[in-house]
Amino acid sequence: MDLKEWFANRKKKTEQGEVKQPLTTEEYCALWTQCFQCRELLYTRDLRSNLDVCPKCQYHFRVGAEQRIEQLVDAGSFVETEAKLSSADPLGFVDSEPYPKRLLEAERRSGLKEAIITGVGNIEDQKAALGIMDFGHFGGSMGSVVGEKVTRLVEKAEKERLPLILISSSGGARMQEGILSLMQLAKTSSALKSFSDAGLLYISILSEPTYGGVTASFAMLGDMIIAEPGARVGFAGRRVIEQTIRQKLPADFQTAEYLMSHGQVDMVIERHKLKEALAGLIKFHGQALKPSSVIQQKGAALYSR
Amino acid sequence: MADKKPVPLEFEQPLALLAQQIEALELQIGENPGGDLENDLERLNKQYDQLKRSLYSNLRGIDHLALARHPQRPYTRDYFDRWDSSWTEMHGDRKGADDPAMVCGLLHLDGINIVAVGTQKGRSLRDKQHCNFGMPQPEGYRKALRMFHHAEKFRLPVVCLIDTPGAYPGLHAEEHNQAEAIAVNLLELSGLTVPVVAVVTGEGGSGGALAIGVANRILMLEHSVYSVISPEGCASILWRSADKVAEACQAMKMTAKEILALGVADEVIPEPLGGAHQNYELAATSLKSGLVRHLKELATLAPEDLRKNRQSKFRNFGAFVEA
Ligand SMILES: [Zn+2]
Repeated sequence: MDLKEWFANRKKKTEQGEVKQPLTTEEYCALWTQCFQCRELLYTRDLRSNLDVCPKCQYHFRVGAEQRIEQLVDAGSFVETEAKLSSADPLGFVDSEPYPKRLLEAERRSGLKEAIITGVGNIEDQKAALGIMDFGHFGGSMGSVVGEKVTRLVEKAEKERLPLILISSSGGARMQEGILSLMQLAKTSSALKSFSDAGLLYISILSEPTYGGVTASFAMLGDMIIAEPGARVGFAGRRVIEQTIRQKLPADFQTAEYLMSHGQVDMVIERHKLKEALAGLIKFHGQALKPSSVIQQKGAALYSR
Repeated sequence: MADKKPVPLEFEQPLALLAQQIEALELQIGENPGGDLENDLERLNKQYDQLKRSLYSNLRGIDHLALARHPQRPYTRDYFDRWDSSWTEMHGDRKGADDPAMVCGLLHLDGINIVAVGTQKGRSLRDKQHCNFGMPQPEGYRKALRMFHHAEKFRLPVVCLIDTPGAYPGLHAEEHNQAEAIAVNLLELSGLTVPVVAVVTGEGGSGGALAIGVANRILMLEHSVYSVISPEGCASILWRSADKVAEACQAMKMTAKEILALGVADEVIPEPLGGAHQNYELAATSLKSGLVRHLKELATLAPEDLRKNRQSKFRNFGAFVEA
């Protein structure tokens, strides 16, 4: 139809009372996102296309695992692994609600089966094993499934001699699986010991927020540790510390920049430069990723080009 | 504290009342010997024994927690002193600190030379503060790590005693990266090629406990507890109420028996009736014989098998559905 017709139709519709209803609160919220930092109202689609970074103040929003894959991995190259693992209820845990009910609720809200997606994909044409946590699922908590998926990914990366990248975002160990959750700290760290002994590269990325059992295991064990700007990372939470020591903590306490100044991370890299940085680091360490037999054969020639 | 009268816990009140009655009756009999009061005394004593036995074999999670945290419970140094009165203490992380909450030393354990590490709580208020209530700083975990490497170098088995509420939520601890200190211990312990046996003697609190807990064998004293978060923390997060500690204890399944049933602990070491604080000597002897038995079993494994044994033990922890 031409423009004239369109206007005519529109006028007719308006006369018939078929004007568009105002947006519901839900639709409105989906359309607009307010920046947590500068309070600017951002068009959600623009925010997405800017890698979930506020264009005004550079605040780095939390990113879901699926979006993170889109942002970081070469299009079409990601192959998910261990997608069939899901949580059991080993303790028969009930607080105000049974754990299985909470799991269903978490799945409904996040659209994910667990708080991490693992797989293999390319970063600027270099194959890597990737584990991406999602805080939106059960607070990114680590129970048996997260521990198992991380462990299997580390084992796969060791077997196939792939660089390993884990992106953490977690409230800590999952209380509902009790002591078994705690044991995932040791399980994942133990797998990383063999991986590291095999001379392979592990880059840990800390994103908003990373706490508790995840920080005290694989997140702090990277050969290199990168934090996203503003990400809060620690073992104990800020509030618990303030209550314990009865002292106000500095405003930037436990932020990526604070960690940087305390020697806890190698670099703080903004999201727009993350993919390029990862590709560069993988390339730099590429020699180590070849089968050990190749390295041995080359022997002294290792450093010459 | 074997010479000091144990302080009764809340759930022990009925027992304490009965003990008072018995004492009063004994006093009466002392003043007027003979007569039927003697029969009453015998009856009461029998009742007391029965009550005591049934009381301690039907404890709730929160009762075990109270025993595990009993102010007179034997601590790491109490065990070390009884196992080897001339043990050699090792100090410091070599990087700037010597954390009193982590005690390390060289011990003779029934003819076996061991490297021993353990978290330490204090007895007096001053001691308690000095030991930070059994919560090591990152430097404490790094001091333990130094001893793990010492053990590896000199082919000595490692024994770890765990009794800690957990890592310390403090400014210094965060600035000195306690998460990294714990994580590195997990990684390094998993790679040792000497035997490692860990015992939860009191409270096994979260990552701070696990930092010295990646062992070939995990033992728990009868009334000890082991959990992913303190029951107080769990109650405040999941129930949003500090009054729900008993519920949190029950839900998390943190008693020795429950941790054994979940396959994480390998053995529960019995305590003297009423708890380890009732008889330090007996508690120390029974733990020692358990430790020696496990160390002798592990001594038959080759170095590489000891590492594999430990790694595969932890590899198998977890419960999930695969479909
Ligand atoms: Zn902003």
